[in-house]
Amino acid sequence: MHVPDGFINAPVSAAAGALAAAAVAVSLRAARRELDERAAPLAGLVAAFVFAVQMLNFPVAAGTSGHLLGGALAAILVGPFTGVLCLTVVLLLQAVLFADGGLTALGVNITVMAVVTTAVAHPLFRGLVKVLPRGRRPATAAAFTAALVSVPAAAAAFTLLYAVGGTTDVAFGKVATAMVGVHVLIGIGEAAITALTVGAVLAVRPDLVHGARGLTAPVKLRVGGALVDAPAPAPAAAPAPARPRRALWATGLVISLVLAGCVSYYASSEPDGLEKVAADQGFDAKEREHATGGSPLADYGVDDIADARLSGGLAGVIGVGATVAAGTAVLWTVRRRRVSAAGSAGAVADPAGAVPGSAGAVPGRAGAAPGPAGAATTTPAPGSSAPPPSAPASSRTTPSAPAPTGAAPSGAAQSGTSPPGPAPASERAESV
Amino acid sequence: MGAGHVHRLYRHGPSPVHALPPHAKLTAILGFVVVVVSTPREAVWAFAAYALLLAAVAYAARVPAAFLLRRLLIEAPFVGFALLLPFVAEGERAHVLGLSLSESGLWGAWNVLAKGTLGVAASVLLAATTELRALLLGLQRLGLPPLLVQIASFMVRYGDVVTDEMRRMRIARASRGFEARGVRHWGVLAKSAGALFIRSYERGERVHLAMVSRGYTGSLPVLDEVTATRAQWTYALTLPATALAVCLLGWTL
Repeated sequence: MHVPDGFINAPVSAAAGALAAAAVAVSLRAARRELDERAAPLAGLVAAFVFAVQMLNFPVAAGTSGHLLGGALAAILVGPFTGVLCLTVVLLLQAVLFADGGLTALGVNITVMAVVTTAVAHPLFRGLVKVLPRGRRPATAAAFTAALVSVPAAAAAFTLLYAVGGTTDVAFGKVATAMVGVHVLIGIGEAAITALTVGAVLAVRPDLVHGARGLTAPVKLRVGGALVDAPAPAPAAAPAPARPRRALWATGLVISLVLAGCVSYYASSEPDGLEKVAADQGFDAKEREHATGGSPLADYGVDDIADARLSGGLAGVIGVGATVAAGTAVLWTVRRRRVSAAGSAGAVADPAGAVPGSAGAVPGRAGAAPGPAGAATTTPAPGSSAPPPSAPASSRTTPSAPAPTGAAPSGAAQSGTSPPGPAPASERAESV
Repeated sequence: MGAGHVHRLYRHGPSPVHALPPHAKLTAILGFVVVVVSTPREAVWAFAAYALLLAAVAYAARVPAAFLLRRLLIEAPFVGFALLLPFVAEGERAHVLGLSLSESGLWGAWNVLAKGTLGVAASVLLAATTELRALLLGLQRLGLPPLLVQIASFMVRYGDVVTDEMRRMRIARASRGFEARGVRHWGVLAKSAGALFIRSYERGERVHLAMVSRGYTGSLPVLDEVTATRAQWTYALTLPATALAVCLLGWTL
């Protein structure tokens, strides 16, 4: 599905590039906020995972096999913004290193395969998880649905781009039928694999599934034989839902705008195809008349491609513009409000909210392995900038505040009141 | 990590193209591809000129033709699509060998094939003459956000590790008699993918902690700032400038 150079004309490629850049910029900001300075290593490793899992072949039948595209999977596992970043990096490196997908078509590829899949899959998954009963099987079913819808949605987005800026005038209906038809099949495979993978992760580390936050049971501590609610994560978890809900709302708005553009285009182009099939005789003559200057026989089917495409193009461009404007405005206001409120514990609660299960698991785990010096699994920091290892970090706990000494103060940091936490977070939010 | 930090496409060599700073090369290649894409498809000779330009670059970079041609195979899926275009496109029909083909479809197929091939060849040349690390530095120099560059460098750094883990899981499955033959075995493979995700994520957490314990605060210092002299820029930009001249000729002629 990687689009090569020359497939989409230059202006539309540039527009898609601008759209992709805007989406990546928003994701960068949001991922920074969600993951703090963990963003780079975590997103990098998840990108490596996506890259690797795309090489994992799933045999279909009779010697053919397919592989995962990974858009919906990444969005569900690590969240929409980090997911977009991971997929963007994978696509960027595939274009630059492996010549897979053209350099000028990079914007198109990112828009279609990273942004659209994520923007469709994640709200759908979250919505289904909210609606369906809690549990692993409903969450797996939600993952199946989200992935199933995301792939044809990406194909539809590509078709739209192709209708606006394709270099060959294939009838819109044909492209749409072929692309969406093929990708529904691909989507079924993608959905099955995604659902199975999400189910496997949910079974082992449900806290790692970003999209299924809130599904894990609250951590209980056994104190003197009686089960007691774990005290620390409760205040941290309370402010967390406010922001995801708002982000979800914003994403939903963006989706609805995009879909509105799509659907209106379909609505205007669909009768064309039908009427064309009906009035098949003399088609060529009409076509030529139209080419010479527009026939006044202007019923819907004869004013054929050019007008439909033009209106579709306009609708697409306006829709995209409105989408970008609305999305940016909403995210901007959300960010502003959050920055102004960053003095409170909300800023610290964010990273904890991003991985609430792990945050919830920390108190339990800290009892098991709090020793900062005893960790054998420390991976040396890559890069020449790292000094020789002097302070090995305990590997299993997850400090959410940027504590300079690693794991030792993580218990305090989790409570959301540690002083070094909020200040750098808000500074970073302003400086980025 | 023992596999070395050179990607498979890189060919080391003492050529002037290898010695160019990465951001100059990236700019040149990107400019070249943009020019190619905006060339009118009717100017067939212009694409021949572009191919000659790329051949000259390959010669200067001492990249053998066989290597370049083999890498072009990555385009194969889209060649199939392009060959389909003449049959499905609209417009006047031309009759060739008893087949009814669309003229605009033929032009479209030629357009996609020519531009796509040139784009792939340009990317392959860039990858063959630029080290991965240099490529990332060049991207950073060209204004890619530092966080994105960091993510990309982590992905590159641990890509081999993660791939290796996947290979070990495959060997472990195979040594237990597992053979994936159809849809029924997807569950096993998906569990492997899930395990791979958990391992990758946990490795990411460990890497982050190790970095924090060494004073990481969210940004990596740029140690080796790449710079390009005026002569290097001129040398690198010869390619897109010549291509632009060809393109302008293509529009006017």
